[in-house]
Amino acid sequence: MTWQALYDWLDARLQIGKLIEFARHKQVPVTRHFYWYYLGGITLFLFAIQVASGILLLLYYKPTAETAFESVQFIVTKVPFGWLVRSTHSWAANLMIFTAFLHLFSVFFLKAYRPPRELTWVSGMLLLFLAMGFGFSGYLLPWNELAYFATKVGSDIAGAVPLVGGFLKTFLRGGEDVTGATLTRFFGIHVAVLPMIFTTLLLGHLLLIQRQGMSPPFIPAGRPSAPPREMPFLPNFFLREAVLWAGTLAVLLYLSIFFPWELGVKVDPFAPAPAGIRPEWFFTFMSQSLKYIPGKVLGMDGEVLGILAFNAGAAFLVLVPFLDRWAARGRRHPFFTWAGIGIIVFMLTMITLAYVKPY
Amino acid sequence: MEGHGSQGSGAPGRRGFIEVLLGGGLLGLLGAMLYSVGRFVIPPKVADAGLSSVVAGKVKDFGSNSGKIFRFGNRPGILVRTPSGDFRAFSAVCTHLNCTVQYRSDLEKIWCACHNGTFDLYGKNVSGPPPRPLDAFDTAVRGDDIIVSRKA
Repeated sequence: MTWQALYDWLDARLQIGKLIEFARHKQVPVTRHFYWYYLGGITLFLFAIQVASGILLLLYYKPTAETAFESVQFIVTKVPFGWLVRSTHSWAANLMIFTAFLHLFSVFFLKAYRPPRELTWVSGMLLLFLAMGFGFSGYLLPWNELAYFATKVGSDIAGAVPLVGGFLKTFLRGGEDVTGATLTRFFGIHVAVLPMIFTTLLLGHLLLIQRQGMSPPFIPAGRPSAPPREMPFLPNFFLREAVLWAGTLAVLLYLSIFFPWELGVKVDPFAPAPAGIRPEWFFTFMSQSLKYIPGKVLGMDGEVLGILAFNAGAAFLVLVPFLDRWAARGRRHPFFTWAGIGIIVFMLTMITLAYVKPY
Repeated sequence: MEGHGSQGSGAPGRRGFIEVLLGGGLLGLLGAMLYSVGRFVIPPKVADAGLSSVVAGKVKDFGSNSGKIFRFGNRPGILVRTPSGDFRAFSAVCTHLNCTVQYRSDLEKIWCACHNGTFDLYGKNVSGPPPRPLDAFDTAVRGDDIIVSRKA
């Protein structure tokens, strides 16, 4: 059977021709800030690496308190290329969160969330929260000391949520305390629950982008606008993206090989939290700010106040397309610009403090 | 649905009745499923050993101005010998966000590394984010053993 015959056979059943036709006509708007458009694709590429390396780790990883640490030790010391697979999984996870944040802020400042792309934005925010959930649940899996305390703190924070907090905390921990039961639960959440929800949402996010096309540039009202320049998605945009994927892969391999991810010390539930302890960097802006909030503020537990503030910040970001009514009319309201800058400055300051001056 | 109702297969009242029955049945099914799944994900309570006291250490192992974590059932406790030589014991679970505290002889305080909370030698929260003092235990010295027990 020739390729053409195989194609015809499939096309008769799946109408591939229509998809190819669609892809061929897909255009990407070319603007001054157009390079920011690549970040979503890079995040997607890193997610694909996470899926592949995660499946490989599943072949050896054993999710119980007695075996988890040893099985990761086995992967990185005995299994051929195990060190590389494990290190790649950890590094790609961090890079993926990093590019997702860059993607978020670039979309924010380009105001690409304006109608009709509100749902794309909301689904993107939910994907970021899920990615952080991946980070939180995956961090515990090697069952080391740092992750143990990070999980204690994180699940205790969930316990401070009004009404459902107690349920959430017991649900996450699989009991009163962080134990082997928590590890087994986090494993299930990390490899089954989150991937299912994440993949579904991701397909929705991508479908929205295909239906609506990429956001045209934000042109302030009253400014003369030339007809937007465009570039075909295939092959022009895609090949540029592919070059960036190759670059991303190079950076990822460089980091994984020369800065292999540490395994740390196995959990000892009867050891104190070590000095300098901190969660993964993308949670440090929260953990560091919690250090500055006193025990009681206006008769309220300080930690509850801090957690409410972070929730309010997250809710603001999710709802931005509905709050920023000016963007739809081509106006750049200074409040949203400054709010975005404020959030970035706050996060960067806290993350830097967490590493430079933790106490 | 109105369009269907008028096409004669049954009086609108009868159709409405069926819809309520079906909808109610589905809601009931959903409720029963959510309830049982909700119960399933919360593990049954394991009976506490009801531990009331433990031997937390030997007097000879403790110089003054030192502290150590000990096991109190399945939770950590901290035993401190103050600079004046007294023994005091507390729960080692920080009242802020659950980390395990440690004794800092340089500060003569109990310290939590997670969010920089400190407690004095009575377990009282003196700086940083902890909202409450550490839970205190009673200590007694019997021979060379330091016995820690729950407050009566």
